[in-house]
Amino acid sequence: MMKSGLNLLQSLLALLAGGMALCGLVGAAISADADILLTVTMGLGALTLVRCVFRPISLWLDGLASVLIALALVLALPRGAAMPGHYWFAMVSAWGFAWLFVDQLSGEIRRGAVPRKTMGLLIPAVFGVALLVVWEIVTRGANVPPVLLPAPSAIGAQLANSAPILWADFVQTFVKSVIPGYIIGCLAGLVVAIAVDRSPFLKAGLLPIGNFMSALPIIGIAPIMVMWFGFDWQSKAAVVVAMTFFPMLVNTVAGLNAASSIERDLMRTYAANYWQTLLKLRLPAAGPFIFNALKINSTLALIGAIVAEFFGTPVVGMGFRISTGVGRLAIDLVWAEIAVAAVAGSAFYGVIALIERGVTFWHPSVRGGRA
Amino acid sequence: MNRVLPILTILFAILAFWYAAAIWMNAPWQNILNGRANLENVPFLEFAQQTWAQDKPVLPAPHQVAAEIWNATMGLEFTSRRSLALHAWITLSATLLGFVFGTALGVVLAVAIIHNDATDRSLMPWIIASQTIPILAIAPMVVVGLGAVGLTGLVPKALISMYLSFFPVVVGMVKGLRSPEAIQLDLMRTYDANPWQVFWKLRWPAALPMLFASMKVGIAISLIGAVVAELSNAAGGGLGVRLLTGSYNGQTIQIWAALFIAAGLAAVLVAMVGAAEKIVNARIGVRA
Amino acid sequence: MSVTSITSSTTGTGVALPVVKAEHLGLTFSTNDGDVVALSDVNLTIEKGDFVSFIGPSGCGKTTFLRTIADLEQPTSGTLEINGQTPENARKDRAYGYVFQAPALYPWRTIEKNIALPLEIMGHSAQQQAERIKRTMDLVNLSGFEKKFPWQLSGGMQQRASIARALAFDADLLLMDEPFGALDEIVRDHLNSELLKLWDRTKKTICFVTHSIPEAVYLSTKIVVMSPRPGRVTDIIESNLPRERPLDIRETPEFLAIAARVRDGLRAGHSYEEVV
Repeated sequence: MMKSGLNLLQSLLALLAGGMALCGLVGAAISADADILLTVTMGLGALTLVRCVFRPISLWLDGLASVLIALALVLALPRGAAMPGHYWFAMVSAWGFAWLFVDQLSGEIRRGAVPRKTMGLLIPAVFGVALLVVWEIVTRGANVPPVLLPAPSAIGAQLANSAPILWADFVQTFVKSVIPGYIIGCLAGLVVAIAVDRSPFLKAGLLPIGNFMSALPIIGIAPIMVMWFGFDWQSKAAVVVAMTFFPMLVNTVAGLNAASSIERDLMRTYAANYWQTLLKLRLPAAGPFIFNALKINSTLALIGAIVAEFFGTPVVGMGFRISTGVGRLAIDLVWAEIAVAAVAGSAFYGVIALIERGVTFWHPSVRGGRA
Repeated sequence: MNRVLPILTILFAILAFWYAAAIWMNAPWQNILNGRANLENVPFLEFAQQTWAQDKPVLPAPHQVAAEIWNATMGLEFTSRRSLALHAWITLSATLLGFVFGTALGVVLAVAIIHNDATDRSLMPWIIASQTIPILAIAPMVVVGLGAVGLTGLVPKALISMYLSFFPVVVGMVKGLRSPEAIQLDLMRTYDANPWQVFWKLRWPAALPMLFASMKVGIAISLIGAVVAELSNAAGGGLGVRLLTGSYNGQTIQIWAALFIAAGLAAVLVAMVGAAEKIVNARIGVRA
Repeated sequence: MSVTSITSSTTGTGVALPVVKAEHLGLTFSTNDGDVVALSDVNLTIEKGDFVSFIGPSGCGKTTFLRTIADLEQPTSGTLEINGQTPENARKDRAYGYVFQAPALYPWRTIEKNIALPLEIMGHSAQQQAERIKRTMDLVNLSGFEKKFPWQLSGGMQQRASIARALAFDADLLLMDEPFGALDEIVRDHLNSELLKLWDRTKKTICFVTHSIPEAVYLSTKIVVMSPRPGRVTDIIESNLPRERPLDIRETPEFLAIAARVRDGLRAGHSYEEVV
């Protein structure tokens, strides 16, 4: 290992990745059914073992080996049957190469040898892709029943096929239930917090109750809301309102106290009235807290709407599709729906985070760079 | 403490509002009932009492819910299918199991993340991104999927709870384990302390407050996870099932009772983590 | 300035090895905005028993130099020896105690447990720990506060505890980075005279970073004046003040003469131009 220029963990990974490729080659030689492309790429992987005795090789070669082996393996996967045993060596080898690549790359970033901005994004991307590839190989290679876990390719196909259904569900759940409920709940929390803020008595009473409520399974009111407001989006929006109200209340009250006493004294020296102090000092100072609540609520709102749909809906909506899909064992569709929910949730959060960056740019947590 | 009076006042106001709302919301049905019974010009006080004593009210009065909670816990054998204590126990056991494993997993992952650059860079963005995903939505599917391969009962629910409680713990612990300032790490370096010593003498104690804060969040959502997971397996029992059957049969009092039991459980669990936090803090001398 | 060929003898009884010996020492940080020369061509020898102050404006590299001695930064050129060893080996030998600008006491440990921290790490027995804690707490006049937590003590007492922590494992070299910078002047005077007594009693070698001229002159046997961009040594002043120094020595002509020379040295280094 002296020649390879790697640390202990990396050396072990290099041995594992190269060794597994070698095992795969041997396996292919023993069993008759060898895929040509896969055999070639595994040979390439096994060749990297020369670094132990000869000279270090570039980390990009490790990355290339990982991509090639993974690609060849996915292409070689048999349809409708489990893959030959020696293919598993290829999967472990590809995973080892990917890890080795990422480990070396983060070392390079730390030393400042490669730019942090672009390469920093590459690492999580590699992890995400690797996870998808392993998922695909395991589900198809081991012939996992689709009821348990369908392959990503099957989910992707379902996404493309059922686009109209998914879009209708998205509109019903996200546009009609989540957005109105979110806006009403957050606004109500904000307004009540400002109203309560003027009375120490109310604040002392409401704050502990609000904190308490934030920890409760409010989602359980969903069946009640369905009874009160009917099966359509109104009941879902009501659940979302109830779920988003308390986090906003608690955070805003805390945020309104965030301005320091020096800053408040300054406003006093100007003889500023209550509303001036509120608008010019306390609300801006509360900005980070309010955005914190907005971000928490963006996730809660989507969860609330989807789970509320488990208790009854018209025949459309993400929660409806998930619960009926599960019942009919149409698991591909359920996963496609979940993928849509994941993208919608992340995008919702991302938009709020972007607005936060623009509005509270002055706050150390934003200036510091990483979100 | 001076907080008792304001809290009591607010609670009293909520209670009063609740009774008033119960009259208003149950009145239409009560009018129909009274119409059928040819009762006319019922005095208001009597009418109010009628609305507070319906069988399937739109909004049950607080004392109806309290009576239902009492009857369904103390008034029934623990083994009865209608015993709320039994259902609460089913939910609680899944919650606790999932919470313990979720916390352990979260701590282990956080330790790996702060000690290895590659783990940090590849995992952290995904962990943060996955918090923005409505993970609860997949709960029923996980339960059914695992049921298809023969895993039923406690384990699938605990898995959901684990999955949910593990995120706040990872994020909190990474923050906590990284919280020691540069000069405290430099100090350890001047002593030529090994990584093991840096961890146990500096990082771990520094991270404890964050651990407890995350555990409070984690146990609350563990409970939510267990309740939602129960929605998809009506045979298994649990508070989620009581919510579901109540909603199918229009048994509003049953729904409210299950809801209050769940709320009480959440409060007790969070309070227990808080008590553990106080004990540990007192032992290591963190300012209260 | 005799360079001996003895390489690794920390207990050297015969020839007095310099405690710190820097030759053409340089350190360049590479940042996103390009390279910053923190230290350039620093030559300095510190003998056993010296009390050396490093003085200069912010950015002159005095703290960086101290951190380089402590092996918290690595030089990019030149050589640096501590007791004839590399800084890394000296650190592994636990050759020095370091006192930071802030007390850096652990809030979850009592004062005596804080002082025990290095002793635990270095593997001292419980009995040794107890004995050393008692001795060093006496040395910094903190007896009676063993069971207190850091946040129950004043800033001056906290900094004394951090000095006790640095003394606890009997290193001969004490590195102090503006240890009293955050304290008010009255407490500071008091701690300065206590530090002098402690130095006299323990015969330690002390490197002391400060930006107060009176503090540097009052404490030191040798004053190193530094200036920024690039960080370098502009003057080294040997003090002829007696070892025994009452506080009112600061009004004597000898004291004022040295202070004037330090001030001249700082001015010569263009040290007070605009600093961003």
